[in-house]
Amino acid sequence: MPFSHSVRGISYTFADLKTVLAKASPLRSGDQLAGVAAQSAEERVAAQLCLADLPLTIFLQEPLIPYEKDEVTRLILDTHKAEAFAPIRSLTVGEFRDFLLSDLTTSSTLTQLSPGLTPEMVAAVSKLMRIQDLISVSSKCQVTTRFRNTIGLPGRLSTRLQPNHPSDDYRGIAASLIDGLLYGSGDAVIGINPATDHVQTVGKLLEMIDTVRQRFEIPTQSCVLSHVTTTLRLIELGAPVDLVFQSIGGTEALNSSFGINLSLLQEAKEAALSLNRGTVGNQLMYFETGQGAALSANAHHGLDLQTCEARAYAVARAFDPLLVNTVVGFIGPEYLYDGKQIIRAGLEDICCGKLLGLPMGIDICYTNHAEADQDDMDNMLTLMGVAGATFIMGVPGADDIMLHYQSTSFHDALYLRKVLGMRPSPEFESWLLNMGIMDEQFRSLASESRQRLLQLIPRS
Amino acid sequence: MTQLTQPDDWEYLRQFTPARLALGRSGHSIPTRQLLEFNLDHARARDAVYSIFDQEWIKYQVSTLGLSALFLQSQARDRREFLLRPDLGRRLNEPSRQHLKEQVMPPNELSIVVADGLSASAVNAHAPQIIGLLVPQMKALGWQMAPVGVVSQARVAVADEIGFYQQSEMVLILIGERPGLTSPDSMGAYLTYRPKPGLTDESRNCISNIRPDGLSYERATEKIVYLLTEMKKNQLSGVGLKDDFNSQLNA
Repeated sequence: MPFSHSVRGISYTFADLKTVLAKASPLRSGDQLAGVAAQSAEERVAAQLCLADLPLTIFLQEPLIPYEKDEVTRLILDTHKAEAFAPIRSLTVGEFRDFLLSDLTTSSTLTQLSPGLTPEMVAAVSKLMRIQDLISVSSKCQVTTRFRNTIGLPGRLSTRLQPNHPSDDYRGIAASLIDGLLYGSGDAVIGINPATDHVQTVGKLLEMIDTVRQRFEIPTQSCVLSHVTTTLRLIELGAPVDLVFQSIGGTEALNSSFGINLSLLQEAKEAALSLNRGTVGNQLMYFETGQGAALSANAHHGLDLQTCEARAYAVARAFDPLLVNTVVGFIGPEYLYDGKQIIRAGLEDICCGKLLGLPMGIDICYTNHAEADQDDMDNMLTLMGVAGATFIMGVPGADDIMLHYQSTSFHDALYLRKVLGMRPSPEFESWLLNMGIMDEQFRSLASESRQRLLQLIPRS
Repeated sequence: MTQLTQPDDWEYLRQFTPARLALGRSGHSIPTRQLLEFNLDHARARDAVYSIFDQEWIKYQVSTLGLSALFLQSQARDRREFLLRPDLGRRLNEPSRQHLKEQVMPPNELSIVVADGLSASAVNAHAPQIIGLLVPQMKALGWQMAPVGVVSQARVAVADEIGFYQQSEMVLILIGERPGLTSPDSMGAYLTYRPKPGLTDESRNCISNIRPDGLSYERATEKIVYLLTEMKKNQLSGVGLKDDFNSQLNA
């Protein structure tokens, strides 16, 4: 069914619902690459005006990718909760924006509403929002998750310690791990991207982190970000698997290109749950996503980048994850060209993910061929703190020497905690203080515990 | 005066990893020296992306080995378009295509392509060195070589089109890799057996991180010669070849 909207006598026609969404999307290079972006600034606003008048119910009636062809569409529609949706059932997309921003809409309203929202509804409304709106709504959403500590409480900001090494060298990884812990990083997860996805290598890395965690009784969880099938094999072999990691996307075709489907994720989740390793909770899935992934795998079905991304959150939501991380600037300038596009995309992801009830973290990052630099990352970092991102990355000096991109440093998290008065997860904060690694102002202390940590790799 | 920055007493950990650890602090922030060192590395990486491809220099260098060179360009007209449209960087523009088609090409084993990719400065520095070591060895094996395609604003897959028009049994492309913070000048080599337009990554073999501080010229050339001869023997490239010979290559 075509849609149209007239602006000062010029009638803009959009062939179908996905075209309205794509053309209403704020400018980004990936939508231009896909050929779905608005052709002019006026056409973009015409599409936004058209979208604002559409009823939210249209997204339940007109799947963007056919129900028969895509298991993510089936998941979205089959698990939609009509009773949660009831309070906003009569709203248009434009009215939904006003509703979200209203003083009467509180954190608990949004929590109750969440199961009634579909990715397409939140993607649609986000396209009408400015940065300010994305921050207002996202900071209103509260999502708390637990495994060995509590993540996402108000006023808290967690970090993933990411001690990667180009050849998975154990001492190299341990050196970055110690550095990170001494800077107060690692309460979201200690998570290594392995250079190779071999079962043996991944298993040894898991054992190494687990040994350190147990010896120092660190209230956190570990993860080696290998393919879910590798993790399943490691669970069979008795490896100390805390979290199940997987990259996921918003279409069945993209998930196929990752070598996964919903039932495989379910199998892995159940296998990890059977290990019963959580202490304060048992949320143990860790997902990563990112705008542009579906297009790069030619699995986007003509949808815009951001709508595909929001659909990935429906996949995440089905598995009650501990952590969801949008790796926003990693993909390159053909998808998100510069700092402006990366920052906007990151805020859309945080806002949409949190509206859908997810513990959204973000890899605030860029590659060297993108038009971005550390100033852009500082802007984004500060905005993410205000928006209430659940966690960010912690990489030594912001330089990931394995994945060759720039993320956030341990210092960056300290900066955010200082200027916004944010603290790590309560269990982890107590650990830092009890160990004497830091004082209450996150100043580093020369303690006996610090020496014990350093003795993991003694001075030779 | 009290100390303005606090150094970390675990600087010795740096011997175990090139990661930027034990940076110390100014308050909660990175001290000035370490901040500027990072900025310098990023500046070098940025400059590498926008560095100028010295096609004349490449032509001169291959001429000393008795090979001619052809100047070619992809469909990307400038750096911005190259960055925004990877699809255009994978295809030759029409004048380049015509130019290649007009060449009378006797049957040959190898077409060597040099492309700027994401770091022209990397190929300006390293491509002549690799070609200088490689060509005499291939000649000694009795291989015939097509003129060297020197192609600007190009991505890896452009080599398959060039090799196809040159009717070469194999194509080797030397191309600038995405600059890293500590490796702005890294070059990659990709090899394809029976190149033709439309092939994808699984049809190619790759050797990366070619630079004096990474994979040395000698070792890289050794790997290229090994892969080329194995491709010719097995009449295939890509995943199939990699599976069989990966362990020997990485040994």
